[in-house]
Amino acid sequence: MKNIISLLKFTLLTVILFAVIYPLAIYGIAQFAPNQGKGETISVNGKVVGYQKIGQKFDQPNYFWGRPSAVDYNAAGSAGSNKGPSNAEYLALVQKRIDTFLIVHPYLKKSEIPADMVTASGSGLDPNISPEGALIQVKRVAKERNLAETKVKALVESKINKPTVMGTPTVNVLELNVALDELK
Amino acid sequence: MNTELFGVISIFIISIVLAIPVGKYIARVFLGDKTFLDPIFNPIEKFIFKISGINSTEEMNWKQHLKALLSVNMVWFFLCFFVLLFQGSLFLNPDNNPSMTPDLAFNTAISFLVNCNLQHYSGESGLSYLSQMVLMFLQFVSAGVGMAAAAMIFTAMKERTTDKLGNFYNYFIKSCTRILLPLSAIVAVALLFSGTPMIFEGKDAITTLQGDQIEVSRGPAAAFIAIKHIGTNGGGFFGVNSAHPLENPTYFTNAVELCAQLIIPFAMVFALGFFLKKRKFACIIFGVMTVGFLLLVIPTVISEINGNPAIEKMGIAQTTGAMEGKEVRFGPAISGFWSIATTVISTGSVNSMHDSSMPVSGAMQLLAMMVNAFYGGCGVGILNFYIFIILAVFISGLMVGRTPEFLGKKIEAREVKIAAIIAILHPLLILAGTALASYFAAHDTAMGWWFSGNATGWLNNPGHHGFSEMLYEFTSSAANNGSGFEGLGDNNPFWNITTGIVLLLSRFIPIIGPLAIAGLLANKKYIPESAGTLKTDTTIFGVMIFAVIAIIAALSFFPALALGPLAEYFTLQ
Repeated sequence: MKNIISLLKFTLLTVILFAVIYPLAIYGIAQFAPNQGKGETISVNGKVVGYQKIGQKFDQPNYFWGRPSAVDYNAAGSAGSNKGPSNAEYLALVQKRIDTFLIVHPYLKKSEIPADMVTASGSGLDPNISPEGALIQVKRVAKERNLAETKVKALVESKINKPTVMGTPTVNVLELNVALDELK
Repeated sequence: MNTELFGVISIFIISIVLAIPVGKYIARVFLGDKTFLDPIFNPIEKFIFKISGINSTEEMNWKQHLKALLSVNMVWFFLCFFVLLFQGSLFLNPDNNPSMTPDLAFNTAISFLVNCNLQHYSGESGLSYLSQMVLMFLQFVSAGVGMAAAAMIFTAMKERTTDKLGNFYNYFIKSCTRILLPLSAIVAVALLFSGTPMIFEGKDAITTLQGDQIEVSRGPAAAFIAIKHIGTNGGGFFGVNSAHPLENPTYFTNAVELCAQLIIPFAMVFALGFFLKKRKFACIIFGVMTVGFLLLVIPTVISEINGNPAIEKMGIAQTTGAMEGKEVRFGPAISGFWSIATTVISTGSVNSMHDSSMPVSGAMQLLAMMVNAFYGGCGVGILNFYIFIILAVFISGLMVGRTPEFLGKKIEAREVKIAAIIAILHPLLILAGTALASYFAAHDTAMGWWFSGNATGWLNNPGHHGFSEMLYEFTSSAANNGSGFEGLGDNNPFWNITTGIVLLLSRFIPIIGPLAIAGLLANKKYIPESAGTLKTDTTIFGVMIFAVIAIIAALSFFPALALGPLAEYFTLQ
């Protein structure tokens, strides 16, 4: 019994050290981090339109679209599709996505569609697409907005994050669309 | 593509280079030498031990170590279980998430207690911030327990005859305050400045650019994610773990989190060398582990880069590799590397969905957990490997007709029996569990209270892949890993209770076994090295250990792998 009480005391004190003092110290440091550790946001005209790191749904034709999401970009319930590579139902879904993509972008050849545009991301909240995924949408977006194709293409190219040493090339869809809205 | 491969190789090398000084430091901590953190933590520890009335200086034998280890774990279990059970009505719950059902609370409490972090819930909707903090406490102490057990084994391996093997509480608290806490703080700061949140406010409601109303989950994530990797726990703050853009925002944080999970398992091997002053022996161990690791990593990275053959046939450009379940900012190469790193060591955090991995990768991930001894988890990796060393010494001894000796101690029937039981336990738990679940799934049994509906309802994929989902769940539990083929519907009494039991057995028995062997050996008469001694710091012995591991894993698991991922591989071609 004496043993259990001393273990309880020991547990309580270590809880204070690891689950109270440690997180509070990190919380203190967070006050110096970007946006005080609340997550970086993107604002348009002073109004927050999204989190820079969190993908959001774009399905209107005058915006660049992100990747398919298994949870429809629910930022309060992330998940992947968890479909296996040989699952027939899943493969039919990918085929359907390809067909739909080709209908909306009739100027494309099938072999120009990159895999990331027709497969669901791991988090369901992927903020990025590949540069190819953005470039193939240029013609559609330019037409919808009555903008010169070259202008939109130049915008996309300016938004490509190329890795310097390690990593993958990415385009942040929200940042691209915010810049697109500003394009005259 | 080149920048991706360069990323993989450099992160791996940087982790090894960083692990050498950390290993030296860990050895200093275990030896009781001075460290730069003493002025801060010595008074704190003294205070903690004084208030709780625990003697942290008396030397313990292996049985006292075990008693202390098991009783303190029991206290933690009840603390965590009750917090989870009543989290809905306790404080720090801004999102008003509900309390857990008893079976889920049982599974979650055990799973974090044993350093597994299986997570049959989703962080955003399944936990209050209070529960997150309590689980974070378990992430510290469960890693500390593993390291304390390893420290006892190190002490026992010294070349002398004794039953005094240091003090459990001393090793435990030193592991936590001198190693886990400072490393976690560094990682947490790196995450903070890359965009991971650390706030106690609940969800944020915003209107998106195209006008949808959405809610965004946030929380005190940075502190949690740091110890999740440093302690090789792997339990994510958010549902999708390190694939979540706030949990792992950039390629840089991905590299930091990879280094963070690799560093202590790497460093423990080096620490062994520094501690015993047997660097060559440590290098042989590290070599064997690295060969095993690379044999698993290379096929995985290749198959992920090559992509899904079934999608290739549809005629689109798969230049970026297999992207289902992966994030664009990571890409297939580092996601493949991560999936093996996390399964070889017992982290179990994921930055891509393993359920959607290519069949070869799935097989390698499973094999990594089935072997469960290449690097391994915080402390317990060394314990698992220790069993294979004992078996290898014994078998080599028989082959050359000498009495098997390890570091000057005779290995006799009792030690080998314990080692054999531990080696058999792992496949037994995995295969028996999978057989049980498969039996129900194959007969589509109505599960009653255990699962709402018929058994096939818990599968997210048909055929071979469905079998792999069940095999993966039990393998992950038995390896105390915690990753999953997450399509499996596992939040129900059947999976919560069966895997909970597997978790308990596969954590504590593989700690008890090596501790007992080490304790028994330490007590034996020391025989100085002679011409007849089997040398354990040679390449030949390294090959011998590797062979023992390969034979045990291949013989026990090959049939199961053939039914799951291998069969799926051939159907996809």
